[in-house]
Amino acid sequence: MSKLILDAPSVERSVIRIAHEIVEKNKSTQGLCLVGIQRRGVILAKRLQETIKEISGAEVPIGVLDINLYRDDLTKVFEQPVIHKTEINFDLDNKIVVLVDDVLYTGRTIRCAMDALVDFGRPKCIQLAVLIDRGHRELPIRADFVGKNIPTSKEESVRVNLMETDGKEEVVVQ
Amino acid sequence: MKILIKNGYLVDPKNKLDEPMDLLIEDGRVKKVSKKITEKADQEIDAKGKIVCPGLIDIHVHLRQPGYEYKETIETGLRAALKGGITGVCPMANTNPVADSRSDMEFMIGESKRVNLVNLWPVGAVTLRQEGKELTEFGELKKGGAIALSDDGQPITDSNILRRALSYAKKFGLPILAHCQDEALFCGGCMHEGFVSTKLGLPGIPVEAESVEVARDIQLADLTGGQLHFCHISGRKSLDLIRQAKAQGSKVTAETCPHYFHLTDESVLHYNTNAKMNPPLRTVEDVAAVKKALKDGTIDVIATDHAPHAESEKDTEFDQAPFGVIGLETSLPLSLRLVEEKVLTMTQVIEKMSLNPACVLKIDRGHLSEGAVADVTIFDPHKEWVVEKDKLQSKSKNSPFLGWKMKGQVTDVWVAGRHILNNGVIASER
Amino acid sequence: MRENPKRHPEVAAATEGSQERDSSATVSPQNDGKVRWIRKDLLSLEELSKEEIELILKTAESFKEISTRDVKKVPALRGKTVANLFFEPSTRTRTSFEVAAKRLSADIINFSSAGSSTSKGESLTDTAKNIEAMNVDTIVMRHPSSGSAEYLARSIRAGVINAGDGIHEHPTQGLLDIFTMRERKKKIEGLKVCLVGDILHSRVARSNIWGLTKLGAKVRVCGPPTLIPAKIEELGVEVFYDVDEAVKDQDVLNILRIQLERQKGAFFPSIREYAAEYGISVERMKKAKKDVIIMHPGPINRGVELAAEVADGAQSVILEQVTNGVAVRMAVLFHTTMVER
Repeated sequence: MSKLILDAPSVERSVIRIAHEIVEKNKSTQGLCLVGIQRRGVILAKRLQETIKEISGAEVPIGVLDINLYRDDLTKVFEQPVIHKTEINFDLDNKIVVLVDDVLYTGRTIRCAMDALVDFGRPKCIQLAVLIDRGHRELPIRADFVGKNIPTSKEESVRVNLMETDGKEEVVVQ
Repeated sequence: MKILIKNGYLVDPKNKLDEPMDLLIEDGRVKKVSKKITEKADQEIDAKGKIVCPGLIDIHVHLRQPGYEYKETIETGLRAALKGGITGVCPMANTNPVADSRSDMEFMIGESKRVNLVNLWPVGAVTLRQEGKELTEFGELKKGGAIALSDDGQPITDSNILRRALSYAKKFGLPILAHCQDEALFCGGCMHEGFVSTKLGLPGIPVEAESVEVARDIQLADLTGGQLHFCHISGRKSLDLIRQAKAQGSKVTAETCPHYFHLTDESVLHYNTNAKMNPPLRTVEDVAAVKKALKDGTIDVIATDHAPHAESEKDTEFDQAPFGVIGLETSLPLSLRLVEEKVLTMTQVIEKMSLNPACVLKIDRGHLSEGAVADVTIFDPHKEWVVEKDKLQSKSKNSPFLGWKMKGQVTDVWVAGRHILNNGVIASER
Repeated sequence: MRENPKRHPEVAAATEGSQERDSSATVSPQNDGKVRWIRKDLLSLEELSKEEIELILKTAESFKEISTRDVKKVPALRGKTVANLFFEPSTRTRTSFEVAAKRLSADIINFSSAGSSTSKGESLTDTAKNIEAMNVDTIVMRHPSSGSAEYLARSIRAGVINAGDGIHEHPTQGLLDIFTMRERKKKIEGLKVCLVGDILHSRVARSNIWGLTKLGAKVRVCGPPTLIPAKIEELGVEVFYDVDEAVKDQDVLNILRIQLERQKGAFFPSIREYAAEYGISVERMKKAKKDVIIMHPGPINRGVELAAEVADGAQSVILEQVTNGVAVRMAVLFHTTMVER
């Protein structure tokens, strides 16, 4: 009982569009960097990095963030999170950081990511890019760049499958 | 008062009886043993399906009184013995103060008379305060009721002291019960030295800590002609030495305990303090050697080395816990396993638990000849039960066999013709 | 037989389609093939499976980065309390745990006591229960009695991390040693490791042996015959008495600290002779492989088991061990504290 929301070409188009919007909104790639949230956010960030390079010729730095250690429900979660690496090998001070994730839902993950980011430095600003915004925010957080807005009910789940992690390319609602 | 025990299966090693027999007791003594006794009696007991044997004698127990009454008292110890079918015990001298004087002997005997259950034959210390330096007054101890001498718990390190003791004790006919332990090799160990001790990181006691001293003691026994009995032998090498000595005519005798023929050092895994005793549990090879020695007669006696310790003392870090386990209530069924394992016959088990200890102690017990004091034990060899903490009579519960299924349960006991255990219930005759 | 006092069910590497696993277990079944950590305690490396050891190492890898940040702290264990309970003096291990706990935002309290608890008249359980009554989540304990950690874990609800129990084990040291070897040598399987020194009294040696052999390393031990414990070869190690022979072809030399007071127990005649026969000198290093790495759990007796030039030389990874110790202890604290009680 799953409904296809985005197929492979649509995912690609969304990434290209977001890349353009990022460059456009920030006027240039000066001081720009991308930080992907483990694990599909990282893949999307890499694709954005490549696209931005095609558009502007500039290679923006990219970082990887594991937010598990910042989760507010960490000690209550039923299943054990797998802790992945965090790698931000550049200075965040005065940078424009674009956080990248696959799905924006309650906003709690993004809250964690922002907490983590400020432990690394003091960015000039933090922007948010997501492939899917499915609503139901629990925190005052909104995305700057959205691939697609999907109205969902809380009972549904949104599944983003990417080639690198899932062997196929699509977004479905179950 | 006449008591007739009917339809039982009688095992009396001394009289070579191992068959269905009736037993008549009159005025505290064995009156008659015969196939079918029809004589009228005041009390008749039907022992069908059960074994009737001489009351068991435990030559090696610790009753902790005086000084350590929180671990055991003479009363609780004797109750535990009774439940185990044991009609006489020899408590060791490592009480507080050490039982090294006549009055200490008299105290223990007096207390046992007050309790009025099974016999208590006290063991006096060989040296004052068990310090291994000066001999106690053997003559006085004997007058006070000492049946043997031992510094058990402590080895007698000074060879010359042991030589003098063995020699001097001849005058009084007292055996010396030797706790064999080379102090230097023992070296603060707390379990058998081997793979398990290596794994657990516990200081080990090599098997030679026992056998080195056994070798010395055999020679001192030969030198003096004194009566030497080896306590709680645990190791293969000690048994080889004792076997050899006996073959060459030494008069030494030896005992072992049920834990040495049922458990190995693996029982210590997970730092089980109820498997901590001295000498320590050893290897599979040693267990096999103990069984072999029981079978070929190298080991004469099965004793318990019943060593009660309070739960709080055992509930601690392994190296801090005291040595010792209780055994009075489990020794018979654990020994009966040897019959099932075809190591010993029923007669041999009874012999090592009654007649032989009596011989070591030179007392006229451990048999059911006509006119003998009527210390009698009846047990059901098929009855199964489980060792449970709160069902034990002993004040302490430090048994490595907790939770084990036992086969064989004592039902009735007479001491000098007094029926003090009646169908498993201790008679309150006091 | 006796009831098994171990309370932990064996770890399960949940495999595909394992949904029907007992759902009353402390953690939910995961059908992604990942190993779940279900122990509230870390008592030894003997009890850990290969997969559990690898899980800790993997988590430690992720945690190592945190210590390189400007803000060396993540809120993972915020609100949790860890108690350091040390019955033996040990600045290094205690500090390492303290740093690890703080980097995970746990609160840490220190209790230290010289000598065993019983010598003070209070039992270990009583001491620990008192600490537990303050709602401590995890107790990190160093104690002179072998087995004390397992004993404590049986007696209380809080998690127990063994920071060295007598001469039994020192699992976090074993893990950090393996972590360092793997980081340097890229693998453990087939790695040749030689432990040199007082094997008999070394908890570090026991933990190394268990962990390394589980992960497929080839382990040697080398020391004076008096300091090699009985039947150690049954743990799957080779025994050498001659250090010049033992160091040949080895990838790693893990040099154990020699306790100077062992001389009194007649284990060896003098420090001087020990240094001559077993000390890793510049001369001896020539017999070892060119790329051998030198490890030591510290503190070093310079010029005794290890020449100063070797300890400070290019092949020494001793300070890396200290750095990695924090990451490994963070991983251990993280996993054990996260287990539901």
